[in-house]
Amino acid sequence: MSTDVISAAPRAARVGGRSRGVARTARYALLLLFLLAVLIPAYVLLVTSFKGAGEASPSRAWQLPQEWQFDGWRRAWEALSPALGRTFAMVIPAAVLSAVLGSLNGFVLARWRFPGADIVFTLILFGMFIPYQGVMIPLVELMQTLSVPSGVPSLILLHVIYGLPITTLIFRNYYAAVPHELIEAARMDGAGMLRTYSSVILPISAPAFVVVLMWQFTSAWNDYLFALFFSNARNGPVTISLNFLASGQMQDYSASMAGALIASLPTLVVYILLGRYFVGGLMAGSVKG
Amino acid sequence: MTTTSTTPVVPVTPPQRRLKRRTTRAWVGPVLLMLPTIVVLAVFVYGLIGANLLTSFQDRHTRGPSEGWAGFENYRLLFADDTFIYSLRNLLFYTVTFLLGTLVLGFLWAWLLERGAKGESLFRAVYLFPMAVSFIASGVVWRWLLNNAEGERSSGLNRLFGDLGLDFLQNPWWTHERWGIIAIAVPAVWQLSGYVMALFLAGFRGIPEELREAARIDGASEWQLYRHVLFPQLSPVALSAIIIIGHMSLKVFDLIMAIAGQTNYTTQVPATQMWIEFTRGDYAKASAIGMVLLLIVAVLIVPYLVATYRQERRR
Repeated sequence: MSTDVISAAPRAARVGGRSRGVARTARYALLLLFLLAVLIPAYVLLVTSFKGAGEASPSRAWQLPQEWQFDGWRRAWEALSPALGRTFAMVIPAAVLSAVLGSLNGFVLARWRFPGADIVFTLILFGMFIPYQGVMIPLVELMQTLSVPSGVPSLILLHVIYGLPITTLIFRNYYAAVPHELIEAARMDGAGMLRTYSSVILPISAPAFVVVLMWQFTSAWNDYLFALFFSNARNGPVTISLNFLASGQMQDYSASMAGALIASLPTLVVYILLGRYFVGGLMAGSVKG
Repeated sequence: MTTTSTTPVVPVTPPQRRLKRRTTRAWVGPVLLMLPTIVVLAVFVYGLIGANLLTSFQDRHTRGPSEGWAGFENYRLLFADDTFIYSLRNLLFYTVTFLLGTLVLGFLWAWLLERGAKGESLFRAVYLFPMAVSFIASGVVWRWLLNNAEGERSSGLNRLFGDLGLDFLQNPWWTHERWGIIAIAVPAVWQLSGYVMALFLAGFRGIPEELREAARIDGASEWQLYRHVLFPQLSPVALSAIIIIGHMSLKVFDLIMAIAGQTNYTTQVPATQMWIEFTRGDYAKASAIGMVLLLIVAVLIVPYLVATYRQERRR
């Protein structure tokens, strides 16, 4: 599946009469209205993060700060910075490992199949959808039995394992679009499976790797469930620290909002830089074929 | 698909000997390559589901070892528990709202953008950006927006409604006993509508141009074109969206933890109850709740997987 289906520019609509003009205006008015509505939470986050403690009055809730202050940002940074480092240390290896494994699996399932490959693929796919609550209790016990340390090591392992279905699926869909002739030509030349993978498939895999790495980066970064069960505020990722900061007894709104922005910045940057691929990945992960 | 090694696509007959040798051991390599994944998922998905099922049948209500078998007693108690029934009901309300909200908004946005608009990439990016944010981070701002104070002391959206003269819209949001859970679906819709839009937009753009042309030549009006030609083409996309949003919805947890907290009654769902039972050390009850949740998701997913499997086999 092409990664930029939705960015394909359609031809301009035919120039029409007055009713068409009215429809056009209505269309833009609606688009703009929705745009503003979607941006409301972003406005609140930004504005509130710069408000001082003295501006907590509800009557000023929607107004700009009278005095722009950075105290909230400072408090948020103090609360979150250790966790930010841990989150990077957890997310990067998790994303890379599951992408590499997903690529190998996707290659086999798309282009070097074995008897029963379709049932294996279907069984792998099921793993993508399960609610982790359905395996959580024995998973906690298994991780204790294997004595995997709580925090970053546990979370890397879990994000790799439970990321395998989606990374396999995305790579499989990507490789399914590779022309047969390429693979057959390599086979004719006597290349084995690994040679075919490394000399034919791997060199053309960059777009799929971008998609999968972004996908895994984002979902591991945003994860809260595994983090809650397998880490704590001292060794866990930023979602844990942020929720801790935001749900304290005293509602420190400016620090929580600044914290939410800080915690979202990496995924937002990734998304803004590579958004086009991101959407492509979503497509590949959802609409098949 | 013709990847079986005996049917080369290129019409060149390879040396017979090499072909034969490859066929006999053709499946050993790929199986070995996938073995780590197969083993790991066999253990961490299917093995653990089995282990969870066993735990749910045991008399094990402390962190200690099991005190014997309990049969279906844990499930019987669970369904006799009003709070659990309430949380299932909440899950249903939440899922219906989440699905309807994202499908309607996502479809509408895709339709508005479908023929191309000035600044399309800006609209698309803004509609889509909330999904890059974690539920925990968006929960921070939505807890503020969904503040339940009304009148003079109101803030958040209630304040905005008041300032705009729309006081009648002020409501207690997620603290309402009957409808509170629907307020939790509001941020979820905010986050995922852009994603559904992207799905529909890809669907629209995947429709061959000839179809539109043919309909126009037949004299179809713009509305007829959409209604009878384009919309029906989008039903597979709608199905994908329902599967994806539906299974996300059934797992709702992070948003509730961030907005209402685990102890709030009006926003109880199976996932929050499971977490509470886990922290109490009631492993049997926690795993029974996990099992129920797994079954609900399976009802949605298994038909989809069976269809995928059939499609796969035909390749």
